[in-house]
Amino acid sequence: MNWLLLLEQILNGFQLGLLLFLLAAGLTLVFGIMDMVNLAHGSLYMMGAYFCATFTGWTDSFILGAILTLPAVFILGVVVEMIALRTLYSRDHLDQVMATFGLILFFNEATRLIWGPIGLVIPLPDFLNETVEIIPGAPYPAFRLAIILVGFIVAGLLYFIVARTKLGMLIRAGASNREMIGALGINIRLLFTLVFGLGAALAGLAGLMAGPILSVEIGMGESILILTLVVIVIGGIGSIKGAFIAAILIGLIDTVGRSFLPEILNLVLPEASAATAAPAISSMMIYLLMTLVLAIKPQGLFPPRGVGR
Amino acid sequence: MTISSRHILNTALLVFLGLIPFITDWMGDSFYTGLVARILILAIAALSLNLLIGYGGMVSFGHAAYIGVGAYCVGIGAFHAFEDGIDWMLNGYVQLSAALLGSALIALIIGAISLRTRGVYFIMITMAFSQMLYFSAVGVETYGADDGLTIYLRSDMLGLIDLNDEKSLYYLIFASLLVVLYLMHRLVESPFGNVIRGTRSNEARMRAIGFSPYKYRLTAFVIAGTIAGYAGFLMANLNDFVSPDMMHWTRSGDLIIMIVLGGMASLFGPLYGALAFLMLEELLSSIPLTIGGLHVGEYWQLIFGPLLILIVLFARNGIDSFLPQPRKSS
Repeated sequence: MNWLLLLEQILNGFQLGLLLFLLAAGLTLVFGIMDMVNLAHGSLYMMGAYFCATFTGWTDSFILGAILTLPAVFILGVVVEMIALRTLYSRDHLDQVMATFGLILFFNEATRLIWGPIGLVIPLPDFLNETVEIIPGAPYPAFRLAIILVGFIVAGLLYFIVARTKLGMLIRAGASNREMIGALGINIRLLFTLVFGLGAALAGLAGLMAGPILSVEIGMGESILILTLVVIVIGGIGSIKGAFIAAILIGLIDTVGRSFLPEILNLVLPEASAATAAPAISSMMIYLLMTLVLAIKPQGLFPPRGVGR
Repeated sequence: MTISSRHILNTALLVFLGLIPFITDWMGDSFYTGLVARILILAIAALSLNLLIGYGGMVSFGHAAYIGVGAYCVGIGAFHAFEDGIDWMLNGYVQLSAALLGSALIALIIGAISLRTRGVYFIMITMAFSQMLYFSAVGVETYGADDGLTIYLRSDMLGLIDLNDEKSLYYLIFASLLVVLYLMHRLVESPFGNVIRGTRSNEARMRAIGFSPYKYRLTAFVIAGTIAGYAGFLMANLNDFVSPDMMHWTRSGDLIIMIVLGGMASLFGPLYGALAFLMLEELLSSIPLTIGGLHVGEYWQLIFGPLLILIVLFARNGIDSFLPQPRKSS
């Protein structure tokens, strides 16, 4: 076993996990408070990456591009919520799945129309392009480290907002009983729009940070959307804490599993079949985890207390 | 039974579909026979899914997986017959049994676990299972991994029917559609179907009068999966090709779109939906309009996406609501 590699993969796992958390936080809030299945969340992540690529091109600075992207995706989220999603809250899940599936098709085609079918590259400033030797002997890319840092800061901020502020109190109240807070005189429509915009901005942040490492391309939202859905289902829909723990768990399992499963399989299988089976099994692992969790706890690990679910 | 205008419309549609090979012969373009055959196979799969979604209220988001299982039974059989000369694996009845049993067994396992959950969790867990099957197909190097498997030899039905003849294949598919339509009609009207519909509208009440919904739901789940597996058997023979992409979650989404487009909880809805879905795709992608050097048809999903949202928002029962309504007698 290569310990340096393991450490590096654990860092990578945290990085993926935190990206997933940024997406899952918004999605689980929308799910939990509005009881709304939003498949188009991945599209907002994609738009974050594309916006950032464009703004970075305009301003010649990744940092400025990123700062411009966040409000842009926030506004996009608010507009989408007001035009298309608002009327869907009272509908059943099937209608929501269908309509947001339609949104995915729209966003993918619109992106292809505006930015063309070829993927984009987001250039990084020099100080993020270097490697940092946090573990002696194992240089680690500064940008990935920055993702981990930003991820933790945003997670902390989010925790603060949800647990300590009035807005957070309303969000939590909404997650456990939305009719009741409506009856108490809270403008629930405005709250929904705000939460959706916040979720969109977080998705955009995840997108702009994933852009430079993965590639900025059409359909990048779908694959990560499925991972995100797995995260929030494992964590318990509506629970930020659950989303955080499940996201880190999935990130670690996926990354570490991918790099060490071949070695583990080698112990029980002949080398050739282990090499072909490993990628498939590691892609399946998170789904296995999810079915295991749901088979034992059908409401996820941390179902938020409350009624109506 | 009185004959309503809806019966006449449905019958006319079936007669038209039955005449397709002759119509395309007369037009001299056999491309459309293949297209319609593909639509009919998807309609069979959508019909089976409608038993779950429309009648049972179980939104299964992984139905394409069973199509894939059925299709891979043909693909793997043809592969070994072609590469290794194992003749019995080309036998259509062996392949068909494998497709039906395989998809039934997998539906039983998936259903037994998934049906413990409700609502969004059910949607997600069925999708997760189908993704597992998708990734296992991607992982099997022997059978082409993500490139898929080209089928060089179609199922050998021992002289009963020649699947290499496009017309015979079309009529096998058409006859299958008729059988599945009849089966669904009988199933939904049967006491079993009443229980399924009852658990959808009020589960607590069904429990109160002594039914245990789980068993009935699981049975419906297995029936639907098996029929989808059969659709996969047909699909593999029609396309001469199987690939993991057939099982991708977006394919399951397409099936749900067909049901929503056609109208849920109506017998013919999925058939109309499948027709509308693929016709729209065909039609929108061939819009002969060019704006500023851009070919509009190439971006057909730009129109289809919002159209889908509008249908969900304003035409809740899909095409079914535009057809003549049967008079409510009971």
